[in-house]
Amino acid sequence: MSPLIQLGTPEAREHPITPYIRMDRMPHIWCPTCGIGTVLKCYGTALGRSKLDLDKVSVVSGIGCTGRVAGYVKMDSFHSTHGRALPFATGLKLGRPELNVTVFSGDGDLIGIGGNHFIHAARRNMDLLVILVNNFIYGMTGGQNAPTTPLTARSSTMPLGNFERPFNLPHLAVTCGATYVARWTSMHTAQMTRTFTEALKRKGFRFIEVIAPCSTLYARLNKLGTGLDLMTYYRDNFEIRNKADTRELDLDFQSKIICGKFVDEERPTFLEAMEAHYRDALGDQYVPMPPEGGMLHGQD
Amino acid sequence: MDRTEVRVTGYGGQGVVLISTVIGRAWAVHAGKHAAMIQSFGPEARGSACSATLAMSETEVLYPYVRHPDVLVAMSAEGFELYKDELKDEGVVVYEANLVHPVVKPTQRAYGIPSTQLAEALGRVLVQNVVMLGFFSAITKLVPMEAMREALRHSVPAGTEELNMKAFEKGREYAEKLLAEHAPGAAKT
Amino acid sequence: MRAHYLEASGVRPVPADPRGVLAGTHYLDGDFACGEGAMAAGCRFVAGYPITPSTEIVERIGRRFPFVGGIFIQMEDELASMAAVVGGSWTGTKCMTVTSGPGFSLMMENIGLAAMMETPVVVVDVQRAGPSTGLPTMVGQGDMMQARWGSHGDYGVIALSPRSPQEAFDLTIDAFNLAELYRVPVLMMMDECVGHMTEKVVIPPADQIEIVPRRLTKQSPAEYLPYRADESLVPEMIRAGDGYRFHTTGLTHDERGYPTMTVEAQQVLVRRLVDKIQKNAHKIIRVEEDQTAGADVVVVSYGITSRVAQLGVEMARERGARVGTLRLVVCWPFPEARIRELARVVKAFVVPEINFGQMSLEVERCAAGRAITTGVPHAGGGVHDPEEICRAILEAAR
Repeated sequence: MSPLIQLGTPEAREHPITPYIRMDRMPHIWCPTCGIGTVLKCYGTALGRSKLDLDKVSVVSGIGCTGRVAGYVKMDSFHSTHGRALPFATGLKLGRPELNVTVFSGDGDLIGIGGNHFIHAARRNMDLLVILVNNFIYGMTGGQNAPTTPLTARSSTMPLGNFERPFNLPHLAVTCGATYVARWTSMHTAQMTRTFTEALKRKGFRFIEVIAPCSTLYARLNKLGTGLDLMTYYRDNFEIRNKADTRELDLDFQSKIICGKFVDEERPTFLEAMEAHYRDALGDQYVPMPPEGGMLHGQD
Repeated sequence: MDRTEVRVTGYGGQGVVLISTVIGRAWAVHAGKHAAMIQSFGPEARGSACSATLAMSETEVLYPYVRHPDVLVAMSAEGFELYKDELKDEGVVVYEANLVHPVVKPTQRAYGIPSTQLAEALGRVLVQNVVMLGFFSAITKLVPMEAMREALRHSVPAGTEELNMKAFEKGREYAEKLLAEHAPGAAKT
Repeated sequence: MRAHYLEASGVRPVPADPRGVLAGTHYLDGDFACGEGAMAAGCRFVAGYPITPSTEIVERIGRRFPFVGGIFIQMEDELASMAAVVGGSWTGTKCMTVTSGPGFSLMMENIGLAAMMETPVVVVDVQRAGPSTGLPTMVGQGDMMQARWGSHGDYGVIALSPRSPQEAFDLTIDAFNLAELYRVPVLMMMDECVGHMTEKVVIPPADQIEIVPRRLTKQSPAEYLPYRADESLVPEMIRAGDGYRFHTTGLTHDERGYPTMTVEAQQVLVRRLVDKIQKNAHKIIRVEEDQTAGADVVVVSYGITSRVAQLGVEMARERGARVGTLRLVVCWPFPEARIRELARVVKAFVVPEINFGQMSLEVERCAAGRAITTGVPHAGGGVHDPEEICRAILEAAR
């Protein structure tokens, strides 16, 4: 048989992302030119490149547009409550330490309602890959102000422009203890994919912010055109500054977007620190949680 | 005994809870009866006075709180003042003689022991509460002595059993001497 | 003797893992006993946030877990604690969180998630007097309705109420078993008095403790649907990391677990979430009755109040009243049928509880006017005066 895929066969129609996506759930709910799909595609590609056993990869989301990612990935996936993806993922990781857990959610979810969990998960260096899609606004609920909305940008609850200072997320993550911190825009598909691939293999609290257009709300409310116009804007206004001082990563309204990998270091994860500590304190008496978890098996 | 109520009081660090735990454990676990122990919690509850209560019975203790104790173990003056009024008219006070100077009703009895001093003589002031425990056991005879000893062995940190047992016997002996002196027919000097 | 809910379930239990079982006769407070019960039941992941009067439970577990292969994590708040145990449970590891009123309020969000995702978890609420911060170190029973209705929307739930440290141990094991059998959050509605009271607690050897293990499906990933239930109404479970590549969500979902935003899907799912407890209620409900046959008055109580009420009942009997007692060991589901039955033959129910009338509303609802229901409220901070309960009985018996 010819190794070439024949046109018109199912194989030919199969998108390379198919192994990572629940195709039976397509089409997705995201708006045309929304950036989330691009980020998801890059994540799928990175999973493929990482050669990880997908049976051992879990994805956890909170609530919101990006929160829907968990519903589309073809792995064990959890669509939890608003803001609680990180503690949910913490339980998942500690309940079965061999799992490779990604938290995929939005700025409002992870930093607004979930902000307290974010700082503590980073402080503990919980072994989680956190992909945060930042669209500067609450999308699912109709364009309300977010803790990431740039100063002067308009939202439905700040129609005259935002006057609250937004978070500088990479800096927040670093100061709280994240050991891997990067930022890209949804236009940087190649770089983003490389970063995801690398981060999937790292340990500890890995935080990647991806700036992505909310075409329907953020772009419209701020008269920025379409999602495509925002992508054009990213292309013309980014600067790659690896190892940048994270204090300089504030995002102003339509300002230059500093991208790159800012931090990549090693520190014991929560589990490593815990196990080392108990081994030190208790010696042979210490019984660690097995990698496959603490499940009591029945008699089959 | 239908129901006996005990309150132990002192200041934080004196080991109030250990005393009540050992009595309760001795009665419930080693003597096979029923004892509900409740400790007062934190400064919100009682200020610096620390206290624990025991309701002891042959059958299940239905009402776990203590309202009118039969015995008040007082290891601080503040604790005694705080709780003396709830003591039964025919109640017994067991107290630290250098720290508490109780004035009781004529119907009540009070027995003091310099438990801190005796503990110091044993080389560890920390076992003051165990001296008091031995004293309590012999004065009140509420719980079989062997059950008390067993409960104490179970309740102290490993390696400290010998010292604690010594402290217990010190208190018991002091009580027995005291009772002999006060016994009817005892030679008055 | 096998527990009635196990007998009814037909599920074959396994003996406890001896590592978690501190067999012997102990003198423990209710909180410690609850912690020991959890470890005996096979709990190996606990996430919690300190709050009086429940903290001793996590202190006990934090000290013992390193020796039994468990992980305790002190989370940043109760929102996180509850979310973490729901996540943890999806690994097959048995999970528990522990709190008191103010934290219980915060946990409602993810108790709803546990109900919606059908996740077995145990939540211990050592009730103190509220509302708000209330009396942190003192007893209350004011969270009983919150246990039943606290999270938004409709779902079934199971709640137990121990009356002694011994029961804090025993019922915690039952709580874990029931959580596995029905895939629901099971709420241990302790109270401060039981939690902080020290009594004799007998812990049997591991081979005498019956444990319901996680009931994982034997179907292949290709044929398995995470939310397809048979007539038991309880779907078989899977866990993360076993290759099933499943999805679960707090959104209304179909049998595949996929979000389905339709009235029909809502109808099917929520009806099952309610029915799986309601239709199995007779297998779950557990009451203890004494002298209810021929009684004029039946005293309905639970937790510490059932002990104090016993004294009031004895006083009333001495004064000639014909009075029986019904203790709720399982508070939710509520023994509706039994109360209806008794309502036809007794004059009155007397319901003392340390709140201003919560379970008494259930008694009144089921009595449906056939018998009088008299609540004996207590604002909390202490237990009832038995004399007061006796007076209420005598009044009701007239």
